[in-house]
Formats: sequence, structure tokens, C-alpha cells
Amino acid sequence: MSASTAPVKEGLRPDRKKTKLGYNVLGLVIAVVMAFPVYWLIISALRPNHEIRSYDQTLWPSSITFDNFARAVKQPNFGTAIQSSLIISITAVVGGMIIATLAALAVGRFRFTGRRALLMVLILVQMLPPTAMLIPIYAQLNAMGGLNEYWGVIVVYLVSTLPFATVMIRGFVVNIPVELEESAMVDGCTRMGAFRRIIFPLLAPGLAASSIFALVNAWNEYLFAYILMNEDSKYTLNVWLMTFTTERGTDYGALMAASTMIALPVVVFFMFIQKKMATGLTSGAVKG
Amino acid sequence: MTAADTKAAGPPLTAADAPQGGPLAKQPPGAGRPKRKKGALLPYLLILPAIVALAAVYAYPLVKTVIMSFQDMGRRELWTGESPPWVGFDQFTNILGDPEFWRVTLRTVVFMAVCVVATMAIGLLISLLMMRLSTWVRLTLTTALIAAWSMPLLVASSIFRWLADSDYGLVNTIIAKFAGDDWLGHNWFLDPVQGFTVIAALVIWGAIPFVVITLYAALTQVPAELEEAAQLDGASAFGVFRFVTWPVIKPVFIMVTTLSVIWDFNVFGQIWLLRGNKPEPDYETLGLYSFSKAFTSTSFSQGTAIALITVLMLSGVAVYYLRQLMKTGEVE
Repeated sequence: MSASTAPVKEGLRPDRKKTKLGYNVLGLVIAVVMAFPVYWLIISALRPNHEIRSYDQTLWPSSITFDNFARAVKQPNFGTAIQSSLIISITAVVGGMIIATLAALAVGRFRFTGRRALLMVLILVQMLPPTAMLIPIYAQLNAMGGLNEYWGVIVVYLVSTLPFATVMIRGFVVNIPVELEESAMVDGCTRMGAFRRIIFPLLAPGLAASSIFALVNAWNEYLFAYILMNEDSKYTLNVWLMTFTTERGTDYGALMAASTMIALPVVVFFMFIQKKMATGLTSGAVKG
Repeated sequence: MTAADTKAAGPPLTAADAPQGGPLAKQPPGAGRPKRKKGALLPYLLILPAIVALAAVYAYPLVKTVIMSFQDMGRRELWTGESPPWVGFDQFTNILGDPEFWRVTLRTVVFMAVCVVATMAIGLLISLLMMRLSTWVRLTLTTALIAAWSMPLLVASSIFRWLADSDYGLVNTIIAKFAGDDWLGHNWFLDPVQGFTVIAALVIWGAIPFVVITLYAALTQVPAELEEAAQLDGASAFGVFRFVTWPVIKPVFIMVTTLSVIWDFNVFGQIWLLRGNKPEPDYETLGLYSFSKAFTSTSFSQGTAIALITVLMLSGVAVYYLRQLMKTGEVE
């Protein structure tokens, strides 16, 4: 949008170009500041260890090495941590998406008593401080024998994806014209048939975006995983990251390498939904 | 997503599916067929699983939080499963009478205020700047923002802990270049004010991408003709912002500020992780205070009572947020 207006503005006055250059330089400086910690993560992961344990930190490594990655992979429980993280996040997201889609259809397609109340509850529960939930959930899972079991964490993650997933999928549902569904039903589809043949295919991009969002959240969560799972062999990747800090200090090289490996899929997924989200938002704008 | 969408989808449904008698009265007698009754039940069946799940993981623990706050549950009750004794308002009188609690509350509020003001001010300035950038610079900046946004909290905290490390941290190396070698080995976390500066930097850095991207989206909705007309009429840059731009982005700005207040009040992970999973008492905010009472002093009831007080403090902000949402038609 601004791409088309920019040249026109530049033509207005001769000093515009100079101002624009100033803005651009400032913009690049901010980009560098914002991206710097990410740069530092990657560069520290690739740096030889003697440079990491140095009083004179340099912005550029003298040589590139994969030693840190080798140490990170050899850290005990790396394999089981990947396994735990995958099992927990995927189960929670799949379950959460099914329940959230059903609720989003109800909220987006029907007017019923309690609909607004449900939406309000969905928004409010997201504002509860984590500790208000953590203590009673810990006590309850302890009583039910759910500590150190995958299902305890899975249930918590599944439900914590529900509020935003329902609100988000509802946004996509209301953007599908109800006439499409109605004409399918006039042509002889059942309500279920209309959902399967008409709504679901149109909803697929929205569902993909919501599930990736939920997956990223579940992948990044560490507090509940840390408190509810005390066995080394059941640590999720984030809790496993904490094992790099011991009484004797932190192995920053290996920690940065391990962090890079954990963050990489998240960054890729995030870039991916960013596009999807933009499409979802613009399609909404066009329709309105 | 917007008021227009919701309304577009709304009316045809109200006529066809409303379970109440009102709109149906106008409809032909056919409206009362059994099929319609099934339709009235369907939405409740669809939300049933969500309701059950929310009740189990949000409502039940919240009720339990209230109950535990009026009991005295310690380590013994947790392991034996005995029901803890009732103590009435004892936990609350203990907590509210403890000067430590008020120190922690003050610290939480000040930290929240500093983070919110800094985040919103910097975020607004960057989003305004983004409107004036060349396309390629804007794309570069957006990519940098998204890269920062997508860092998992634990990874981001590790990076900041490493940058502020007393022996091998980059921050000390750089300051020492300008201010002398005294800064080598400087421990940022000995003085809580300096420690909280590092923590606030992490919180603000993590929050800016969301704020900028949301505010920038709002800014693109400001009609360019209006801004140009105001300029032609002789309005200063500030005047254009104050009277043309600001009214358009105000609802979004208020919304994001309210969310920031709630998020920054509940900051937990950043402090916890930067202090190596065991924050000193000087670094406790309300969330951590509640956590350490419950899991370190194993007085679960004290922990839940503090959490409950926090929830009550935040409920005002939450209700305000909800009212804003309803005003913009998000909860229609």
C-alpha cells in the first residue's frame, strides 16, 4: 500500500529524500538492535569455546566450529527430551484443535443463550496469572497420581490452547459466507455434509494457522512442564535446557547451540504463519 | 474478526436459528418443525467438550484456589491426602499484615509501570517510523521484529543472561571499552535495580514486536487523504498526529496497553530464568512470591491466597479490557 504512495510523496518536496534517508537509517539501526540477541545466539553457538570463556568478547568469531552442537547433543536425555516435547505438544494441539473447532462453529454460526458469556470467559481465563492455576493443579495431579505422567501436562496444554484457538478459529468461521453452507443444504447436504464439504476446506488455512500457533505455544511452555515432571527422562526440551546450568556454572556454548536447535523450528513455523495470518486478516478486510 | 464481519454473518442466523420465541413469532408456522428444535440443541453439544475442559483446568483450580486460601495446606496434607484444617481469613490477615507482601506488591506495580510505559512509547515511535520507511527497510525491520518475537522465552532469557554475564558477558566488555576496566566482572544482579533493568530490557525487547506490528496495522487504516488535507491546511506534524492519526489508532492502542499491563504484572519466567531458577527475595514479584511460598516454604495455602489477591487486583483491568473489546464489537 505504502509502496505505491511513497514515490508520490517523495516528489512533493526536494527535502523529502533527505528526511527519508534519515528515517531509513534509523529503521535499520532499530532492526539491528532487535535482531542482535538472535544474532548473538547463533554466533555464540558457532564460536569456539575459548572465545566464549573470554573477557574480551568480539562481535565476530575468529573461526566457526560445531563443537558446541556436538556437546549439546551428547548432553544426557537429549533424545528423550525431543520425544517428550513432540508427544506432549502434538497430542495437546490435535486434541485442542478438535474441541476448539467445535466450539468455534457453535460461537460463529449459532446465536444461543450464553454465547457472549462463553466468549467473555474465553478471554478472561487467558488473563489469570499462571501461579493461580499452578498450585491447585499441582495438588490435584498429585492426588490423582498424574505427576510425572505425560497426560497431566497434555491436559493442561490442551486446555490452555482452547481460549485463543476458539476465538481465532471463530474469526475464520464468520468470514465464510453462510450462504455457501445454506445453498449446500438446499441442494440436499446434511448439516454435517455441508460442514465436511464446504466449511472444512475453507477453514483449513485458518485451522493450520491456529494449530501452528498452538504448537509454538506448547513447544515453548516450560513452567508447568518443570513443576509437573520431575523425572529426568521425561523432561521436555525447554526443561532439558535448564540442565546446562549446574552448580559449577553454565556451559554457554552448548546452551546456545541447544537453544538454536530448539528455536529453529519455532522461527520457521512463525515465519510461515505470519503469512497465513496476514492472508486471514486481509481476507477479512476485503469482505468487510 | 471485525465488527463488520460479525454483523454480516449475524442477521441471517438470528432469523433462522434463534431458539427464543421473539423472532420466531414473525415466521410461518413451519418454523416450529422438530428439525428446528434439534438446531437449538446443536450449539450446546458443540461447546460441551470445551466447557468440560475449561471447567476442569480453569474453573476447578480457581475454585480450589479460593478453598485452599481459607485452609492451611502444607507438605503433610499434600502427601497424606488428609483434608487440611480450615483457618478462616488467617492466611489473608497474615499476608496483608506482612510488610514483605507490600514491598513485593510495590515492586510488582513499579516494574509493570516502567515496562508498560517504555514498551508502548518505543512501540508507538517505531510503528510511526515504519510508515515513513522505504519498502525494503520496512521488510528488513519486520523480519527482525518477527525473529525477536519468535524466540522462545527460555531461549531469549538464556541469551540475555549470557549477554549480562559478569565474567564473559558482551555488555560488560562493551561498557569497559568506554568506561574503564572496572566494569569487567561487574555483577548486574547484586543490585536489584540494575538486575531489574536487565530483566526489563528482556521484557520490553520481547513485547515490542507484538506492539509494533499491531499498531502499524492500525496506522495503515488511517486515511492518507485526511492526513494530507490536514497538512495542506497548515497543521504541524504533531497536530496531524494528535487530531487525525491518534483518534483512529486510539482503540487499538488502549487495547494493547491494557494487555501489556496484565502481561507485565504477571511477568514470571523472565525473572525466574535470569535468576537461575531461584530468585533472591529482592527479585520476587507477586507471581514469584506466591510460587516460593507454595513450593519453597511448602505452604500451599499461603501461595494460593497471594495468587487470589493478585487475581482480584487484576480483575479490574480485565473487566476494563473486556469492556473495550465489547465496544469495538469483538465480543458480538
